[in-house]
Amino acid sequence: MAASVYLRRRIVNVLALALSACATLLGLVFLAWILWVTLKNGFGAITPRLFTKITAYAEQGGLSNAIVGSLIMDLMALLICAPIGVLAGTFLAEYANRTKLGATIRFLNDILLSAPSIVLGLFVYVIVVLPMSNLTHGNVSFSGFAGAVALALIGLPVIVRTTDEMLQLVPGTLREATLSLGIPQWKMTVQVLMRAATSGIVTGVLLALARLAGETAPLLFTAFGNNFMTVHPLDKMESLPVAIYQYTNDPSPDLHAIAWAGALLITLFVLALSLLTRMLFLRHKVRYD
Amino acid sequence: MPSSIATSTPIDADQRSRIDARHDAWFRGLLKFCALLVLAALLGAALSTLWGGREVLFKDGFHFLTSDTWNPVTDDYGALAPIFGTLVTSLIALVLAVPVSFGIALFLTEIAPTWLRGPVATAIELLASIPSIIYGMWGLFVFVPFMAGIEPALSDTLGRLPLVGKLFEGPPLGLGLLTAGIVLAVMILPFICSVMREVFQTVPVRLKESSYALGSTTWEVVWDIVLPYTRSAVIGGIFLGLGRALGETMAVTFVLGNAYSITSSLLMPGTSISSAIANEFNEAVGIHRSALIALGFLLFVVTFIVLLIARLMLRRLARREGN
Repeated sequence: MAASVYLRRRIVNVLALALSACATLLGLVFLAWILWVTLKNGFGAITPRLFTKITAYAEQGGLSNAIVGSLIMDLMALLICAPIGVLAGTFLAEYANRTKLGATIRFLNDILLSAPSIVLGLFVYVIVVLPMSNLTHGNVSFSGFAGAVALALIGLPVIVRTTDEMLQLVPGTLREATLSLGIPQWKMTVQVLMRAATSGIVTGVLLALARLAGETAPLLFTAFGNNFMTVHPLDKMESLPVAIYQYTNDPSPDLHAIAWAGALLITLFVLALSLLTRMLFLRHKVRYD
Repeated sequence: MPSSIATSTPIDADQRSRIDARHDAWFRGLLKFCALLVLAALLGAALSTLWGGREVLFKDGFHFLTSDTWNPVTDDYGALAPIFGTLVTSLIALVLAVPVSFGIALFLTEIAPTWLRGPVATAIELLASIPSIIYGMWGLFVFVPFMAGIEPALSDTLGRLPLVGKLFEGPPLGLGLLTAGIVLAVMILPFICSVMREVFQTVPVRLKESSYALGSTTWEVVWDIVLPYTRSAVIGGIFLGLGRALGETMAVTFVLGNAYSITSSLLMPGTSISSAIANEFNEAVGIHRSALIALGFLLFVVTFIVLLIARLMLRRLARREGN
């Protein structure tokens, strides 16, 4: 009787542990599968004209305007969201750490972190694209600038959260030592605390870049897309994810190949960034733990 | 007052501290303004989509929510089919992703040798950093043909069963609700898994060791000690995954098939709120565009509520940790 109970418990245990190892294997298989397909199809399609020709040539073209557009919009987005995010995160960590307002903002920032990006795109469409179109009588509507604002909204909560967390890791003794010298709080925050947390804050900015670089949905109705090269922020602007989206929807296999090459570029960029931030973050942890 | 500073007269010191106080107030104001922008972004997203969708939402809001016709020619819009698609695909994703995430979290916290934990955890987290457009391409070009290959087998086996059989009828297109649900499951798996792994590590070692000392197996420790201790946070993590799944766009747009229909079969193509917006927005004008923005408003409200529950559940554990 007792022996059969033990046997049953042991069988259940072994089964559960085996299933959990299988689940892990399944997760890894999907990662390997997706990466392998992207690498195989992407490397096969990388050609010099990818970087020299624009998308207007379609099958005979490349992605140069999409690459340039993506770089411009990602950079503009960072320029918008990095200062705001760092300052907002500083407010949460240093000025509102235990207040109701701070708790509310922190809570809602976490929600913004996983809010659907397509809705943020619609938001920017309503507050940037439509008013600009009305103001200029339709001359400017979709624009690289609007795309950058949409991307900035996606990067913002990432930066706010990391800055907040990283500043809270700075030891309180540093604050006390600085304030005891009679140094005003703003100077302490900028010149002592932010400097101590620099690598953490940079991690946050890089994480934000990794997240917004792959975003497609919010760009569809803010930057729209453009088959020609442009660097003007008020023009419609092509981006890598949107070009990939359009080429994937096209029946032509030649365009699919170009889309795979673009997919490879984005994936390598994003994965390299994630691994880089992980290394930065680890170094940072060692310093404070 | 720092009147003890030897090199300055009392007036200078007073002036200095007044200037410092003013700068401090400015700095604080600037920081507060930036922090309030986060609130403004959320509020703005809700209000602007409500405003953009007003023509449809306020004219006949009830009809919009309950009708399943979507006809741009007659400007007759009902959100039922996209809502149905969004909910069904997200539920499939949850049903598949929750046990798998639990398994991975269990493996990483209790079973795997220490040297294996770091690399495997990193690999699973990399799944989260792959852009959704890549999931979409992989889904369309690789996973849809794969599913088209195994769907006849599904129809022949599961499709013959009573009750659940209805779910697996239909032509083996590869595209459809089930395929979209599986792709979504892979996408949200790392999010659920990382929450579970994190909270499993917060369980006091004493609790687990006591249970082992009483003769429990590893599985019994996890099921009877770890899981009850972390229940609210685990539910929070699941809701976090659900929030992601509801709003995901690019991965489902390619594999869903874009058909405004409500079917009992999971193998049939469908549509979802986000894929409807992504597919149609740039060709839409007038009421059609307003209807799509109204869909966006619905999506925002639903995900907001789901994420709100998720964060409240997660916060409960954080508070207990602090005590």
